[in-house]
Amino acid sequence: MTVDEPAAHSQPVTESAGGDATFGVEHKGMFGVPGSGDTSGFGGLVREPWTPTEATRPYGGYFDEVVDAFLAAYPQGRQAIVATVIDRGELTLHIAKEHIAKVAKVFRDDPALRFELLSSVSGVDYLGSENRLHAVYHLTSMTFRWRIRLEVATSAEDAHIPSVTAVYPTADWQERECYDMFGIIFDGHPGLTRILMPDDWEGFPQRKDYPLGGIPVQYKGATIPPPDERRAYR
Amino acid sequence: MATGSKPSSADRAYSPSRSTTEGRVYTVTGGDWDAVIGGDPISDERIVLNMGPQHPSTHGVLRLVLELEGETVTDCRPVIGYLHTGIEKNVEFRTWTQGVTFLTRADYVAPFSNEAVYCLGVEKLLGIEAPERATLIRILLLEMNRVSSHWVWLATGGMEIGALTAMTNGFRARERCLDMFELITGLRMNHAFIRPGGVAQDLPEGAVENLRDWIVEQRKELHGLDTLLRNQPIWVQRLKDVGWIGVEGCIALGVTGPILRAAGLPWDLRKTEPYMGYENFDFEVPTDDRGDCWSRFVVKVAEMWESLKIVEQVLDRLEPGPVMVDDPKIGWPARLSIGPDGMGNSLAHVQKIMNTSMESLIHHFKLVTEGFRVPPGQVYTTVESPKGELGAHVVSDGGTRPFRVHLREPSFVNLQSTAALSIGGLVADVIASVASIDPVMGGVDR
Repeated sequence: MTVDEPAAHSQPVTESAGGDATFGVEHKGMFGVPGSGDTSGFGGLVREPWTPTEATRPYGGYFDEVVDAFLAAYPQGRQAIVATVIDRGELTLHIAKEHIAKVAKVFRDDPALRFELLSSVSGVDYLGSENRLHAVYHLTSMTFRWRIRLEVATSAEDAHIPSVTAVYPTADWQERECYDMFGIIFDGHPGLTRILMPDDWEGFPQRKDYPLGGIPVQYKGATIPPPDERRAYR
Repeated sequence: MATGSKPSSADRAYSPSRSTTEGRVYTVTGGDWDAVIGGDPISDERIVLNMGPQHPSTHGVLRLVLELEGETVTDCRPVIGYLHTGIEKNVEFRTWTQGVTFLTRADYVAPFSNEAVYCLGVEKLLGIEAPERATLIRILLLEMNRVSSHWVWLATGGMEIGALTAMTNGFRARERCLDMFELITGLRMNHAFIRPGGVAQDLPEGAVENLRDWIVEQRKELHGLDTLLRNQPIWVQRLKDVGWIGVEGCIALGVTGPILRAAGLPWDLRKTEPYMGYENFDFEVPTDDRGDCWSRFVVKVAEMWESLKIVEQVLDRLEPGPVMVDDPKIGWPARLSIGPDGMGNSLAHVQKIMNTSMESLIHHFKLVTEGFRVPPGQVYTTVESPKGELGAHVVSDGGTRPFRVHLREPSFVNLQSTAALSIGGLVADVIASVASIDPVMGGVDR
């Protein structure tokens, strides 16, 4: 997610987010959209896209320490971080994609950071926004017991992101899965092939616009529409 | 090439051939391997061997492409995906509560871990916390599950290297774990018992007494199998100095759980990043320093003892109370419990919605069919599953369905170490190494 990408998802920063009762208010609109007076669940289903809010200093917890150490260790840090979001007590740094491999190396090697473990790489498809494909990296500092999230966004037309396998060998299979499911091409990966789907599979199944099959019914030519086209609460 | 005439001694290296309408046909006569190889028959023997996906020693549908030089493995490429069922995609078309039903089937040997990590994620997004009793029941199930998962590892791993008593006794002990799961959740596997906001129902009558008997029984089984195997010379020789990986290798490859602890690093999320109140329990994190299959055996058996200790502490601390968060917009109104007739719905609730309260009926219907909305955002939650760090990356767009759920499956990540464990060893040791990783293909392929 970048700043100029309004449809991306994140939560506005509230230092108290993550456990107190402020979310209880939102339950009022559980069966519809708040303020629409709709209780059927079908009347006012259009949900406004979530607008991210930049976190402001102080971030709280160890987040200030992490960001300061990173900016000190990486000269182009301010260009690399396109957005900082704190939500539910988790820090997300949105990184410009050309920087991600270098940024990962800094996070791994800098003595004040020491994020030795790349816990997880996953993809998310925010269909409808310009840079819809996101690669999300969860880093763990075993030395300091910190966790942060790096997020990189790219468009589906130019779905190239530098690979972090040279920094974190564990990213090998995880990036392959991300390619397999979302079609994100990790440049520099030693062997970016499909891993879960068959080698000759066409399309990327976890994308939100991947066509799902309907079920033909042997009764007067009826069919059950695919799950994404069925009438449903959303 | 050989001709039709009488072959010379050099030509005998090649099979005689003749032309047919189907092309050239060679007739292999055999018996002339020395002449074919013309040297040391062992050193030149480079074979690419396909092991699996249907092979009794590959833990399900894991396929390994091995390159061998004699008996020595020179390359190893695991091929996965044979059990891919699209769990993560399916979840996106179900309500938040129904999601549990799918995720429990990922690592089906440790289903409670999947359920717990997902529910912790949803609860973090909702900003709620499960009640005390529900959390204790979760810990109870998670630790029982650690025992049962390690039993499966011991049983299948033992079987794969030829210790059939480990298999029969291990599965016997695991069967008792499944009996307890059935008593508590109603199902032996795929429970979908841990739900966002708590657990599906309270412990049934007599569960605590049964569990205390179960602990005694498990300790007896564990003691029996431990004494049987620990000094068994074949068992020791098959495991010691086999499949080594050090701490650096583990962290580079993202390997966590018993493999990392067997390499010497006491990294256990229950201690390092306590969740659900694990910091209030008295247990040790067993480690060992050899980093081989033997160490993993030692660590896992020690972990089973520790888990039984935690189960015992949970039973001592259980106090009566709610098992679902007190929010009628999240917790299902039917207070489920298995009655004497085997049915799960509470009779009083059914009578209320059918006879007296139309609003309750509507509310019940809406909550079950539509589900609840989760405020937008993303979280990453972790638990220490029997195999290592199990993480859930849960993303919500504010709707009644998960926008994206990704499981960071320890089996999947740990399996990347297969090559590191196997290359340079003997082909027979590949079996012991893969068994010691303890991959569950349901979790690997999801």
